[in-house]
Amino acid sequence: MATTRKPEAGLPAQAGPDHIAGAQAEWEARDVREAAERAPERSPQFETLSGLPVKRLYGPADTAGLEYLDALGFPGRYPYTRGPYPTMYRSRPWTMRQIAGYGTGRDTNARLKYLIAQGQTGISVDFDMPTLMGYDSDDPRARGEVGREGVAVDTIEDLADILDGIDIGAISVSMTINPTAWVLFSMYVALAERRGVPPGSLSGTVQADILKEYIAQKEWIYPIPAGMRIVRDLIVHSVAHLARYNPINISGYHIREAGATAVQEAAFTLANGIAYVEEVRRTGLEVDAFAPRLAFYFIAERDFFEEIAKFRAARRVWAKIMRDRFGARRPESMRLRFHCQTAGSSLTAREPINNIARTSLQALSAVLGGAQSLHANGMDEALAIPSELAMKVALRTQQIILDETRVASTIDPLGGGYFVEALTDRVEAEIWAYLRRIDDLGGAVAAAEQNFFQTEIADTAYRYHQQKERGELTVVGVNKYVDPSGGDVPIALHEIDPGVEAEQGARLARVKRERDAREVARRLAALAETARGDGNLIPPTIEAVRAHATLGEIVQALRDVFGTYVERPVF
Amino acid sequence: MTRVLMAKVGLDGHDRGVKVVARALRDAGFEVVYTGLHRTPEEVAVAAVQEDVDVIGVSILSGAHMALVPPLLDELRANDAADIKVLVGGVIPEADRAKLRELGAAAVFDQDATTDAIVEWIRGNAGRGGR
Amino acid sequence: MTARVDAIDPGSPRTLGRLITRIENDPGAAAEIVAGLWNRTGRARRIGLTGPPGVGKSTLADQLITAARGGGLRVAVIGVDPSSPFSGGAILGDRVRMLRHSGDSGVYIRSMAARAHLGGLAAATRDVAYVMEAFAFDLVLVETVGVGQSEVEIMGLADTVVVATAPGLGDAVQTLKAGILEIADVLVVNKADRPGARETVMQLREMRRLVPHHDAWDVPIVETAATTGTGTAELWDAIRRHGEHLRTSGELDARRSRRAEREVLDLVETALASRVRATLRHDGEPAEILAEAKRRETDPHSAAKAILDRLGPPSRG
Repeated sequence: MATTRKPEAGLPAQAGPDHIAGAQAEWEARDVREAAERAPERSPQFETLSGLPVKRLYGPADTAGLEYLDALGFPGRYPYTRGPYPTMYRSRPWTMRQIAGYGTGRDTNARLKYLIAQGQTGISVDFDMPTLMGYDSDDPRARGEVGREGVAVDTIEDLADILDGIDIGAISVSMTINPTAWVLFSMYVALAERRGVPPGSLSGTVQADILKEYIAQKEWIYPIPAGMRIVRDLIVHSVAHLARYNPINISGYHIREAGATAVQEAAFTLANGIAYVEEVRRTGLEVDAFAPRLAFYFIAERDFFEEIAKFRAARRVWAKIMRDRFGARRPESMRLRFHCQTAGSSLTAREPINNIARTSLQALSAVLGGAQSLHANGMDEALAIPSELAMKVALRTQQIILDETRVASTIDPLGGGYFVEALTDRVEAEIWAYLRRIDDLGGAVAAAEQNFFQTEIADTAYRYHQQKERGELTVVGVNKYVDPSGGDVPIALHEIDPGVEAEQGARLARVKRERDAREVARRLAALAETARGDGNLIPPTIEAVRAHATLGEIVQALRDVFGTYVERPVF
Repeated sequence: MTRVLMAKVGLDGHDRGVKVVARALRDAGFEVVYTGLHRTPEEVAVAAVQEDVDVIGVSILSGAHMALVPPLLDELRANDAADIKVLVGGVIPEADRAKLRELGAAAVFDQDATTDAIVEWIRGNAGRGGR
Repeated sequence: MTARVDAIDPGSPRTLGRLITRIENDPGAAAEIVAGLWNRTGRARRIGLTGPPGVGKSTLADQLITAARGGGLRVAVIGVDPSSPFSGGAILGDRVRMLRHSGDSGVYIRSMAARAHLGGLAAATRDVAYVMEAFAFDLVLVETVGVGQSEVEIMGLADTVVVATAPGLGDAVQTLKAGILEIADVLVVNKADRPGARETVMQLREMRRLVPHHDAWDVPIVETAATTGTGTAELWDAIRRHGEHLRTSGELDARRSRRAEREVLDLVETALASRVRATLRHDGEPAEILAEAKRRETDPHSAAKAILDRLGPPSRG
């Protein structure tokens, strides 16, 4: 409760909250009413994209209850609301990590080198659907999809091609891969070994978040318990052998893209995080031994301030969860670090050049929200995988934010802002409400099995859809300001090389010819044996990939043990 | 009663669009059978024949439509089901849309198409006489 | 398109699919079709599977199909789901759970929505089952959701009725209505690996003792965890044993005879009601009597009696 100060000569008295409230009421009754009579407000009600109410004006009353040290604190200190590191971008800017992946390993290698030459500071690789789903390039199910949405990887030699001439001891490598993450991770470790790079210097990440697959992205192979076991083994092995590696990116991006709100994105992601912590802890590992290596991945969507509030609220909630629920003691266990990507589904196929503006604003919100790493989408996101030009523009966007706008000169510049703090508090409260419901259902895994997340997401997705079709959700150039003459600036799209499937098939055939088939069979048998027991799957997988077992063969070996997942769709 | 099979072919796991369309079709009074994710063209054709649908709505966002839709059309023809109309929706470049229609797809919808437009198309072109 | 019923190729799924559609849309055509195929029916085993929503019936069905295929049987499945009361449309997702059989030509899956079938849903489902039999399927599996009167009616077409429940559905057993329990030949507690399974089994045992079963069959309670396949062999065996019991005890013939009688009466009643309604729509004495009742000038009983008298006396002999 603020107190009035004796006025210094010539200075106005400090107003107490009642005085301000009175003044505001007077302002509303007179100034606002008059202005609204001349020019009515655009809507009787304003809301965030998630449906949270937004007032006309926020003021001291909205942050009156905010205890600075408890709720905000300092960057790098509990509860990390203002950021996970003490100096943030003033020391180390966020990693500019534009994703790349298409065609063969050689094609992707060229794009990676191009991006590094343009100033990219971290590598991010995207894989084709067969690789993501566990099929080799010569599998009938891979038909038409080899090298299309990402790079094809069948054996360790493909990963070697992707990273050819790139010093993986010096640059961090992120691999956007999930149900087969453990295989790519094993290839990466084996490759580092081959190149004489000490495991302790490997930094980077695999996404590996299988829970969000069952509920959102829908890339799956095995039933949920087996999926969790694989992630557990990956985390345990990584924590023991790769000191700087993040074996998982617990993701909200896909949950959002599947149709969720910002609140649901944050809540469901953190709930999944809780499930992973519990899973790993059951092996006997102390929380502080592995939690520092858990990383997160959120979207930057179009509601500018809601996203920033979401990032800050997520950090605060995770810190509390780690300290209070799991008894973490190390600061590194409690601080949430996240990679961010701007929102793909907010981008349009019509007038794609507008997407540059959309992406820039979303990227800005990620920076103001304190992301550790960022991929900004290309303008052609809704049309094709990114062209070189689109990625260059996106990278330049990040560089302009860092080097020209100076928003990164200070940490958490919106901190203390009445609106942002009120919204952060509100998002936090909504997250806790969801976490309680999920706990009541028995936790994230049980909730996923009961289709809880899937139902929430489907309902929200349908609501958004109806809003869009009714014109209540504006998409500029598509349902508002529609240019009937088209007026699109033609942009050159990335072209898929039709020869990729054949080329990759030939490459795979050669590897299979030249390897020791008996050794492969032995390694696959050993892997299946481990899967039937409770040993860690990573070491036998590393052996298998070294022997040039293919991704498909490894996945199939475990399919025979674990079975396959069948969904129960909700609409 | 108009029956529609909503199909996800290939490895693409995006089902937000297909589910939104399924709901809209249900609300428009149609019966909608869903194939589930990751189906092959052959599996979709089998389902379409067993369910004797009027329309198949195929959703593909992976860009693999030219590899997946033609085999579906072939399978339908081989099973005396060429009269089942195939609608394709998703990420389909303009040039491919014409090609798909030439190969036998009844209509191609882009991502900005409204569900109303899809419902109207089905009502006008494929119903055996609605509700 | 009028199918020359005797010229039907029993191997063609396309033909079967089209016939089912005609049956669903046109009871008159259904009558013709069934009459034309009658001598090819009666050979299949019919299993009904029902229970409250969320117990995992489709997964159980999927497991049963696998078991049946393992025994070399050709399987036809009818999955019945509710229609939207607002739009009359429906989303039918049962076949997703049975995905792994999509490449198998010995498995035929058809989704039916409960929609307002002119002759009633039970009649349409019966006729679809007949046509499936005529297409040389050895096993017809009908899966419905719910435990109310309409499910009891539909399950009437089955030789063996399997009723499934699962723990954690509020009071799992109370959700089973007496009507459905009476006709259950096999009871299943699915998701038996979940907490509460023991209690559910015990509650079912209690209920089973209280609800009379009309023949000497001891209704087994089978525990399954369908997603892992646990208990499937036991369930299949229970179904098989029930089939044997029906044959050796003569109960199969008795059931089919009762079923045929019910079916004929149901069709007759439906047709009569339809005729009466048609009569009442046209001008004439019956319509006038009805109009008087609507104005409350006559009580309902007297009105009905008067209408019946006008329609003709009950036939004797």
